[in-house]
Amino acid sequence: MVTNENSPDQARFTKTRFGRRTELTERIAKTVFFLMSVAMIVPLVAIISYLVIRAWPSLSLEFVLDVPRKGMTQGGIWPAFVGTVYLVFISLAVSAPIGVMAAVYLNEYAKDNWLNRTINLAVINLAGVPSIVHALFGLGAFVYAARFGYSILSASLTLAIMTLPVIIASTREALASVPMSFREACWNVGATRWQTIRSIVLPNSISGILTGVILQVSRAAGETAPIMFTGAVFFKSIERGDLFAYNLNEQCMALSMHLYTVTTQVPKVEESIPYATAVVLLGSVLVVNATAIAFRVWLRARKKW
Amino acid sequence: MIVSRAHFVGTVALILAACFCLLSGCRESSEASGSRATIQNKGSDTMVNVAQAWAEEYRRVRPDVDVEVSGGGSGVGIAALIKGTVDIANASRNMKPEEMAQARANTGKMPVELIVGYDALAVFVHKDNPLDEISIDQLAGIYSEKGTITLWSQLGVQIPNTRHDEIVRISRQSSSGTYEFFREKVLSKKDFKLGSLDMNGSKEVVELVAGTPTAIGYSGMGYASAGVKMLKIAKEPGKPAVEPTMRTTLSKEYPIARSLQVYTLGQPAGEVKEYIEWMMGPDGQRVLEESGYVPLPSKAGGR
Amino acid sequence: MSSSPTRKQRQRPRRALWAVAGETLLEWIIRLSGISAIIFVLAIFVFVFREAAPVLTNEEFNLVEFFTSIAWYPTSAQNVRYGTLALIAGTFSVTALAMALAVPFGLGGAIYISEFCRPRTREVLKIVIELLAAVPSVVWGFIGLTVMSRLLVEYGGAPVGVNMLNGAIILALMAVPIIVSIGEDALKAVPDSFREAGIAMGASRWQLIYRVLLPAAKNGLLAAVLLGIGRAVGETMAVLMATGHAVQIPHGILDPIRTLTANVAAELGEAPAGSPHYRVLFMTGVLLFTITFVVNLTADFVIRGVKRK
Repeated sequence: MVTNENSPDQARFTKTRFGRRTELTERIAKTVFFLMSVAMIVPLVAIISYLVIRAWPSLSLEFVLDVPRKGMTQGGIWPAFVGTVYLVFISLAVSAPIGVMAAVYLNEYAKDNWLNRTINLAVINLAGVPSIVHALFGLGAFVYAARFGYSILSASLTLAIMTLPVIIASTREALASVPMSFREACWNVGATRWQTIRSIVLPNSISGILTGVILQVSRAAGETAPIMFTGAVFFKSIERGDLFAYNLNEQCMALSMHLYTVTTQVPKVEESIPYATAVVLLGSVLVVNATAIAFRVWLRARKKW
Repeated sequence: MIVSRAHFVGTVALILAACFCLLSGCRESSEASGSRATIQNKGSDTMVNVAQAWAEEYRRVRPDVDVEVSGGGSGVGIAALIKGTVDIANASRNMKPEEMAQARANTGKMPVELIVGYDALAVFVHKDNPLDEISIDQLAGIYSEKGTITLWSQLGVQIPNTRHDEIVRISRQSSSGTYEFFREKVLSKKDFKLGSLDMNGSKEVVELVAGTPTAIGYSGMGYASAGVKMLKIAKEPGKPAVEPTMRTTLSKEYPIARSLQVYTLGQPAGEVKEYIEWMMGPDGQRVLEESGYVPLPSKAGGR
Repeated sequence: MSSSPTRKQRQRPRRALWAVAGETLLEWIIRLSGISAIIFVLAIFVFVFREAAPVLTNEEFNLVEFFTSIAWYPTSAQNVRYGTLALIAGTFSVTALAMALAVPFGLGGAIYISEFCRPRTREVLKIVIELLAAVPSVVWGFIGLTVMSRLLVEYGGAPVGVNMLNGAIILALMAVPIIVSIGEDALKAVPDSFREAGIAMGASRWQLIYRVLLPAAKNGLLAAVLLGIGRAVGETMAVLMATGHAVQIPHGILDPIRTLTANVAAELGEAPAGSPHYRVLFMTGVLLFTITFVVNLTADFVIRGVKRK
């Protein structure tokens, strides 16, 4: 007898013709939905493996550490890699404090009134603004209005605003998961609201907040459009492996932009170089993301309440 | 708790102080970067590759000079020069007189033009395309707004291995110098027909032609690859068609060739002057030739 | 939050003035950060509009032409025209095609994850979807340009590989994770009592989904689709590289098209600041901002409707 593992109680009854038909449709449904889910996994795996295979001849640590050579047709991606690191960390330095504090405000201070709802709406919309509109904003506001010019500063600030919703959302989730009773206990011994937040709420949610920060890193590293018009350059000559190559007021290369330029503009590039650039970009983003996920899973496992 | 509060306030103060230091520090470093000169180089996408190769090579000669290269197009380079925000503007078209006047009004200095090389604009088709030559009129018929050539059969060819006959027009985005030059020389300033695939980079044009049997596209001769074929071009129907080569470019026999120039505000001086002189010297011209462009005649001849 | 600790604060004897002042200051900083999202959204609109506004009075520019003409000749030597109809058509057609691909898969995936699979599989699937969502758009564009275009020419019989279908497949892959995760939330929000009632009446799981869960989670699923649309409309780099960038009203799914976002990305770098062309591109930005704003707002209202129920 065929037992349906998902509903064992059904098997206890004798099947009518009707029942058999139901079971059939059910099984078809399950298969169809399963295939639909598989259709999401397959592209990810296929894409990654294809990219890695094509990139293989160039992939090495040397590729990351070396500077582009021979008109960017050979060599590595160091200036782009280190440029992305700069952009990500400066944008992080701006957006993480603002984002965390915004989440603290939304979760700990705000009452459920029109202001709070408007803020919520604003966060959702900020997340939904197209990246190219962020680019327009960065160009209009930072490059021209604030006179930062095309620079790492302008690009990082644009990225910071763009990634703010990521941090707000995940920090809020982390803060909301701290049980109310913790706060009440703290208030009852006479702590002020801020003291409670600092000594109880933040320490208990710090790992969740860090997860959000990690996700922000991965988001910022992958963006192209917002930095293309605010501070990323086609090429900048720096030394191989130089970590302190850029100033805040200069422009820099960036990994995402570099992938775009080697794909569309640089002729006679060694065939595997664009693929290797894509793999380094995708790899860094996925590794960072996977770290966040692993962190979260570990966190849930050891949660005490 | 009180102790830790003080501790906390201290931490916050420290962070704020660190922020100030960082900000002021970066300002200082930007002012005091005299030991490391930075040359801002911006403009033509056609020239961005050679500009990049120059910057890369120049670093070996002068490790203390940073050259920042950005593309964007000739118009952007010139606009930046008018604003005085770049040291060198690359352009694959000539600066218009009103732009010169604007630059002078804005910065008080007259832009100076220096020709650093030449480029032939090649017309590419897929390597299996039987077509070998084309006239300027036919090109205009394919690309211009009122043009009537839409099928390969109108040019008397049939593309092997495909059932499609329609010409896939590949062009450049509307503000690139290449687009403007093509419009001026081939379409006699008339507008392009809508619906062409306007690529962002010259390389994208060539790659797309290589991957599309029915495509035609144009871009610098230096971008040619194994998957495409350069067409010979006839100035008028019936006249002999000319192949784009270094010789035909310099002798102006090839009808769609142009000069590549750099602009500076006033006569170049200091580091910029040295850089430009190096570009036009034997080493710079060798880099230019390796990038697929045509070097200056006098100096290249002596090399 | 619910109970306020402020009254007790007054009875506390030892608190240095500077500590109280510091705390007040900090709380004001927190409040300011709290409303930062509102400030930024407004700032985005104001700055983008500020750059765009001067063109409204320019005689070359005509707002009716902007919306109704397909002629996009921003740098013409003879007759400059700024018509975005073809770009709007491009944006909406590629989004619609992407949704036609992504919605069935996205909702199917959401149903499978929420109703069929075992907890362990669910965790794995959710992680995969999260990773899929993390792929940068320029990498998607690269895949569209190098891999997908070749496949479409060789096996799809397309005359040119970068076209609407290519862009739509890429956009669908980008929108699916959003649809799945929000759709799954919506299904999870349906109370278990609904499921139990259905099973008690002898409904098969398929019937349960079709007759009970989908109607009950209707609003949430709609919101998921709307957010997917928002993502697809606003996507830039991927469509820039994959759609072929041709200004035309598409007649078939293999026609190359150009979207509003890609148009800005391609031309902004080359439009001299302050020129009418530059301002028209900012105008396109205003249009895009408005479109995504309306889509997101609608999605939010739809979700809010669910919660109120």
